[in-house]
Amino acid sequence: MKKMVRVENLDCANCAAKLERAINKIDGVNEANVNFMAMKMAIDYDEEKYGEIVKGIESAAKKIEPDCVFKGL
Amino acid sequence: MEKQKSKLIRIIVSAVLYAAAIVLWKTLQLPDYAYLLIFLAVYAVIAWDVVWRAAVNISHGQVFDENFLMLIATVGAFVIGEYLEAVAVMLFYQVGELFQDYAVGRSRNSISSLLEIRPDKARIVQDGEEREVSPEDVVIGDTIVVKAGERIPLDGTIVSGESYLDTSALTGESVPRACRVGDSVLSGSINTAGVLYIKCDKLFYDSTVNKILDLVENVAGKKAKAENFITRFAKYYTPVVVGLALLLFLIPSFITSDWAEWGGRALNFLVVSCPCALVISVPMSFFGGLGAASKNGVLVKGSAYLEKLASVGTFVFDKTGTLTEGKFEVRGIYPAENADKVLALAAVCEGNSLHPIALSVMRRYGKKAEKGYVVTERAGRGMIAEKKGERVVCGNAKLLREENINFKEITDENTIVYVAHNGVFIGWIEIGDTIKSESKAVMSDIEKDGCDTVMLTGDNRRTAAIVAEKVGVKKYRAELLPADKVGAVESLMKESGKPLAFVGDGINDAPVLMRADVGISMGAIGSDSAIEASDIVLMHDDLRGIPLARRIAKKTMRIVLQNIIFALAVKAVILVLSALGVTGLWLAVFADVGVAVLAILNAMRALYIKDNVKS
Repeated sequence: MKKMVRVENLDCANCAAKLERAINKIDGVNEANVNFMAMKMAIDYDEEKYGEIVKGIESAAKKIEPDCVFKGL
Repeated sequence: MEKQKSKLIRIIVSAVLYAAAIVLWKTLQLPDYAYLLIFLAVYAVIAWDVVWRAAVNISHGQVFDENFLMLIATVGAFVIGEYLEAVAVMLFYQVGELFQDYAVGRSRNSISSLLEIRPDKARIVQDGEEREVSPEDVVIGDTIVVKAGERIPLDGTIVSGESYLDTSALTGESVPRACRVGDSVLSGSINTAGVLYIKCDKLFYDSTVNKILDLVENVAGKKAKAENFITRFAKYYTPVVVGLALLLFLIPSFITSDWAEWGGRALNFLVVSCPCALVISVPMSFFGGLGAASKNGVLVKGSAYLEKLASVGTFVFDKTGTLTEGKFEVRGIYPAENADKVLALAAVCEGNSLHPIALSVMRRYGKKAEKGYVVTERAGRGMIAEKKGERVVCGNAKLLREENINFKEITDENTIVYVAHNGVFIGWIEIGDTIKSESKAVMSDIEKDGCDTVMLTGDNRRTAAIVAEKVGVKKYRAELLPADKVGAVESLMKESGKPLAFVGDGINDAPVLMRADVGISMGAIGSDSAIEASDIVLMHDDLRGIPLARRIAKKTMRIVLQNIIFALAVKAVILVLSALGVTGLWLAVFADVGVAVLAILNAMRALYIKDNVKS
């Protein structure tokens, strides 16, 4: 399942890169691509694990960039 | 931006306070702790948010976060008694951050102006009444009304009214296009005059404007190597520099016991250890480059393709519909005294084919072909029609040779359809295709740029040679069946060793578009499979988009390279000078922020490209 997610309040490009690495490590995420300039994340994931993936993304974001908000996840 | 404004005010206030504190320092003879308090107060004004975020991030286990690093660097400066420097570092750092925010915002705005093509409403006409709905709610077959000055929200066909359409948002073409009843129109164009009633052919989701938005926003697509390099570099850079700082502090201090001196030098390392400015300048350059291309009607599906386009060594063009207009017409029928019979027999063969050549024959014939023939197609060669012992052969020289028919071979740039009746050659039809007016100039542009040009065609060698000569392509491969084109591209890729770009109309060359390193489709708006298969989409049917995209790609890569080299070099120089004790904290932070500002300004250049397709 592929999805485009809007990511708001990402502070800097390096944080975006850190976030991207963390999200790619989540079980069930095939590929995540965080684009700081476009404020978007393209994510390809396993639909069966959707719930855990969302939790994983949120906890990764909380660690790296507490302010950031995902819209359309 | 409210946030930026309040930050700016805070920076100005802090700067004034800072200057006042320095004046106090120079004029009054106060005890040391008094100055410490004064500078700490100024520090609190400028640094509270950094301190706060550093604290939050540490609680989450994020040690190498830039807030934390700046905190350590400045607190360290206070500890060794460098109050002036401590505040200055924070002040410069905040100026750099503000500038970065501002620059990012500007780049984003200039791209989002492209996205303003998103329609927010559609007006449906039902039983003579108009009703405003969201474009997503319109179904196929609905009639919508679009008034002068409004944007067409969905793809459809005009059922009433005529107007001129401004398609510049789609194609970069500034001349309005006339349209009237029966014409199909693309969403995203603006109706410049009159009222149009349009019957929708597609849902909003499948309409052109939504497809384009997806493409432009799909800058999240594939990232360039340079972009991945810099983020990977940043991952190791910070810990390494911090480690070096620690070593620089501990080892010489134990030897010399001069803790303050080596501590001060180590702090410089922390100041330059933030990678953010370096990291932002690279994606920002690509973002600008992709934006500049979009503005000119060239959609690039991700920075990786911009990077590849800049290093392409060979451009391969499909002939028909790419270098030529792809509009065939009958130029002559020979021998003249037999013209009617030749045309009628050709029509028998071509009557049911959708091949562009066949269509041009039928257009000339102007009526239905005689019936009762069994027609078989010989792919890439022609047609054979048979009826009760009668046999009509109609096709290229290859077909006639296969059929062992004696004929006179014609050699000029036209495509020749030979016609034979019951094994006897009776005449031929010359069908012409016009070379696009810009083809020649574009080929010479590309050659001047140091790239090879190759033409692929299914036509015979002689036709190919003549067109190649006229257009000015260096090499050509002729008599290729559609399936041969992939092979031809593969062998060219092996030959040149550099990346290869294939340019086609995207209708029947999707496999080639996919196989090439960079697949460029032209005028493909409206063809989903072509957009899917290609890496770069030229929204207008104009070859000049290719040298333009190439210029943008090269400029972007130049900027990216400059930024990477310049920033790394300055950081390295500061590190060396700091280790030697030549540079103070002041100069280190100044140089670091300065590099960031310059790199970002440089990145913003990618947004602008001088001339565009229109000129």
